[in-house]
Amino acid sequence: MKLVLALIALAALAFMPSFAGPYPLGLMIGILGYGVLATAWAMFSGPTRYISLATVAFFGLGAYTVAVLSETLPYPVVLLVAALIGLVVALIVGLATLRLAGIYFVIFTFGLTELVRQLVTYYEVNVTRTLGRYVFLPLGPEHIYWQLLALLAATLAIAFWVRQSRIGLALRVIGDDPVVASHLGIRITRTKLTLFSISCVIMTLAGAIQAPRWTYIEPSIVFNPTTSFLVVIMALLGGPNRLFGPLLGAIPLFLLFEWLSANFPNHYSIILGLLFIAIVFVLPNGVLAAGESLWARMTRKEARA
Amino acid sequence: MTLLSLKGVTKRFGGLTAVNGLSFDLREGETVGLLGPNGSGKTTALNMISGYLPVSEGTIALGGDTISGLGPERIAHRGVARTFQLVRALPSLSVGENVLAALAFRREPVWGKAAESRINDLLSDVGLAGRAGQPADSLTYIDLKRMELARALASEPSLLLLDEWLAGLNPTELRAGIDLITSLRDRGITILLVEHVMDAVRALCSRCIVMNAGGKIAEGPTADVLADGEVIRAYLGEEHA
Repeated sequence: MKLVLALIALAALAFMPSFAGPYPLGLMIGILGYGVLATAWAMFSGPTRYISLATVAFFGLGAYTVAVLSETLPYPVVLLVAALIGLVVALIVGLATLRLAGIYFVIFTFGLTELVRQLVTYYEVNVTRTLGRYVFLPLGPEHIYWQLLALLAATLAIAFWVRQSRIGLALRVIGDDPVVASHLGIRITRTKLTLFSISCVIMTLAGAIQAPRWTYIEPSIVFNPTTSFLVVIMALLGGPNRLFGPLLGAIPLFLLFEWLSANFPNHYSIILGLLFIAIVFVLPNGVLAAGESLWARMTRKEARA
Repeated sequence: MTLLSLKGVTKRFGGLTAVNGLSFDLREGETVGLLGPNGSGKTTALNMISGYLPVSEGTIALGGDTISGLGPERIAHRGVARTFQLVRALPSLSVGENVLAALAFRREPVWGKAAESRINDLLSDVGLAGRAGQPADSLTYIDLKRMELARALASEPSLLLLDEWLAGLNPTELRAGIDLITSLRDRGITILLVEHVMDAVRALCSRCIVMNAGGKIAEGPTADVLADGEVIRAYLGEEHA
């Protein structure tokens, strides 16, 4: 039944470009893009509580792969190469960092983004002798929209599968107590690396698919660390341990950020920071969990009355 | 037949030698007490057996195969399960999921419908029947200990390491706890018990090993060991010996 509803919703969303104007379609693309990133982020970081700030490193790698290869390879092959690059980088980063925990992991992933950005910048400046790149692909906004919609559906399906499967339970056990996890026979590094890689490949694809929208790409645009922070806030707002939580967090926050950046371009990051703090303090488990506990409190009161 | 064998096992933390040349054997089906004052190296020894800490020197063998050098997940797959000195529940999981976590990742995983009935059986074995759906962090201390034991038993261990499992229980709970461990012993599980509750040690252990300052100072039948002058000195000080 739920599956049927999901498929109907997907089909309805697929028809959206035929009647929506360019501005709503642009907003939808933004929502889908962040929805994918937040869902992919929460797939790994939700249960393990490893706060990754490397989202934009993978997102940017995807975008850059398209920028570099789109004129030499057919588009589907470019996407495949982007996914492979994302996978290889995720495996290297994962093996190097997943033994770290807590704040060390957060800082490392933040540093990683900067490192990737600097490496790409260095390469562009010193080897190709140009900083920016143009992406000319015969893909309209509706094509990007459909691709992102498909990616979001796939991401939610994978997230759903993870939640039902042993690997999902393993991640939750690791998040609660890695010592217990290892004593129960869970292969910690392998489990974390698998989920981290899946999550990072999805982020890379999200960047690759959106690359044609910018037309002009340079490291400071596609490796903007704000993206990583936004994704964390979105997932936390919606609730990182629920299937639709990150997506539901992405919708209002993306719209809010759009409005803020249009109306308060100079104070945008201050407001963003305050919002981040507020969400962590007021809704540590996300709005969905807060809503549920409020509902539980109200129904209990009614039962007593 | 020997199940567990430690030979010259040593653990150093920098300049501190926590366990020094510890050797002993456990036969299959035995319940053995590992005693000693605080800081004598009992938990460190347990941590090396379960693979949580690597040995600095010496070897640990299980059923004839060397297990020292393996990680805790590999040792768990060979049939070693444990509880922890300070209870380690998985607080964001339900009671049932805590047990499922052990069933799902053992050598022959149990998952899905089959797991559900196993969880119920294991929980009723430890006196937590019908509590599977409850959040783990809502349990009382004794119930957390029961849950941790059910989790350890879920892996169907050949060797069970209990680290002060009876500590902090009131007299009634202690009685229930001793009965519970007795039932495990009667099922043929080999148990190594780190314990300070001497009534429990007398009731449960056929044999005891006593450690002091990282080394073994006595080993033998429980009654003899507890009457040993050196053991009493180590525990209670010179004037009582």
